[in-house]
Amino acid sequence: MTFWDRWRIPIMLAPTLAVIVFLFLGGLAYGTLVSLGWQPIIGRTEISLRAYHSIMFSEQYAAVFWQGLALTIWVSVGSTVISAMLALATALLLRRTFIGKRLATFLYQLNLPVPHVVAAIGILFLFSQSGLLSRTGAQLGLFDFPRDFPVLVKDKFGIGMILSFVWKEVPFIGVIVLAVLQSLGVDYEDLARSLGANRWQRFLYVILPLVMPGLLSGSILVFAFTFGSYEVPAILGVRFPRTLTVTAVRFFRNPDLNARTEGMAISVIISIIVFFLVLGYMWLSRRTVRQD
Amino acid sequence: MATHTANHDHSARQRLLRALHYAAVVLLIFLLLTPLIAFLFNAFSFRWFYPQLFPTELSLRAWESIVAANSKVPEALWNSTILAVAVTFSSVVIGLPAARALGLYKFRGKRIIEFLIISPTIVPGIAVAMGLNINFIRWGLAGNLLGVGLVHLVPVMPYVVLTLAGVFANYDPDFEQQARSLGAGTLRTFWHVTLPAIFPGIVVASLFAYLISWSQYILTFLIGAGQVITMPVLLFSTASGSNNPLIAAMSLVFVAPSILILVLTARFLSGKSSAIGGFGQL
Repeated sequence: MTFWDRWRIPIMLAPTLAVIVFLFLGGLAYGTLVSLGWQPIIGRTEISLRAYHSIMFSEQYAAVFWQGLALTIWVSVGSTVISAMLALATALLLRRTFIGKRLATFLYQLNLPVPHVVAAIGILFLFSQSGLLSRTGAQLGLFDFPRDFPVLVKDKFGIGMILSFVWKEVPFIGVIVLAVLQSLGVDYEDLARSLGANRWQRFLYVILPLVMPGLLSGSILVFAFTFGSYEVPAILGVRFPRTLTVTAVRFFRNPDLNARTEGMAISVIISIIVFFLVLGYMWLSRRTVRQD
Repeated sequence: MATHTANHDHSARQRLLRALHYAAVVLLIFLLLTPLIAFLFNAFSFRWFYPQLFPTELSLRAWESIVAANSKVPEALWNSTILAVAVTFSSVVIGLPAARALGLYKFRGKRIIEFLIISPTIVPGIAVAMGLNINFIRWGLAGNLLGVGLVHLVPVMPYVVLTLAGVFANYDPDFEQQARSLGAGTLRTFWHVTLPAIFPGIVVASLFAYLISWSQYILTFLIGAGQVITMPVLLFSTASGSNNPLIAAMSLVFVAPSILILVLTARFLSGKSSAIGGFGQL
């Protein structure tokens, strides 16, 4: 066995692993150290859970943290569930053969390369109190002034954020589901139909189990992204409650370097929550899909 | 007679269903396009008072201020382009050998390696960027394009490696052997045999590397430390103001290249590609 034979695979993997290990894992590990109070630059080298305790239980930060966590979970779970359902429905809509299908499918995918910053601004243009929807309502005589229109963006329930995520993620999950549907053809359904299955039964017992893996993997990506997303809540959020990412970045940008410890602790908590929820979700979905 | 009526009912019902289907498709596309149309309205509007639905006065003011001498847009466009091109090129060069190893060979610990490479898609970028920030300052990598480009590699690598590994999984390395036995060197073999075979995969990988780097806000912001002005950074700070025509015009300048590139490369892209997940990261 030559040197090349023995070391070929490690050498091929090395450049990519260097990026992952030094930049990704290194960043995470150093960040975790900072969250534990390690900041030699300002002479702090003791390790403690003080920052975690402070953000979760101190009078000053507890409300910011827990309400922020609740908002973050509400927005990310809400956006993921709504997007997944609408993605399935719209993929089924576009799957049928009809005149103009190519154009419709093209327009459906048009917002895929649109970044979330732009999506958030678009939602602002559409749903703010003087936005297009409010103006349409005013033309129809429903409102006289912008203030009559309900607060749908920069609202404390995160409606604007959910709208913006749903707009972005429906075509995203939809394209994945549509690809699965198109590769299946209609054979399975024809078979089910010949066995006497009605429309609803064909959907529930034939289509749904087949598209489930694609639907679930798309939803995992959407959930992980929305949970850790910064731009959308920063543009469409309010001062209280703020999502955890926005709070973390605010702590981090504080000129007082001590605040970085708290900021880092929140990011570590975000990462841990996302990581375990995604693992649990994958485990659960694997079981459900197998049962079907 | 009875069957005739039944047939008639049947086709009437079919027609109704088809009409409903069309209505639903039109509604869907309308809902998806209105936010984009709102950008066009705003970008050319001037004194667009409530409750006018359409701007009655049109103006190119926003566009003039984008190309004005004191505009930061050209600098931001330049930085974004340099970053996206450099990140795309280096991510493909870095990821190609790993993708080949993962696509062609079985080896011990392969699943762990795959999991490691995919993990940046799950863990939010802010945790990584905050952790890197302090060390990047110490190493002189904060506040410049090199440092920002290095951090962009983190969200980009998983998609580049996944896409290319998928291509190598259906690749037959025997052709390389044949080329070599006919006297071609390593470089010539790569150029004439390997590259043409994996080209569609490289196009898709590059598309996603470019899109992810081009749209990256928070990593650029945290590592660029306000010194590296890219299009998303500039747009974000403009969006906190109230100059809607300018915000809209800047957004259009920002998304136009992405949409154009998507249209040009769409034929290489299929919804089944694992890289499609990259769209979720923009």
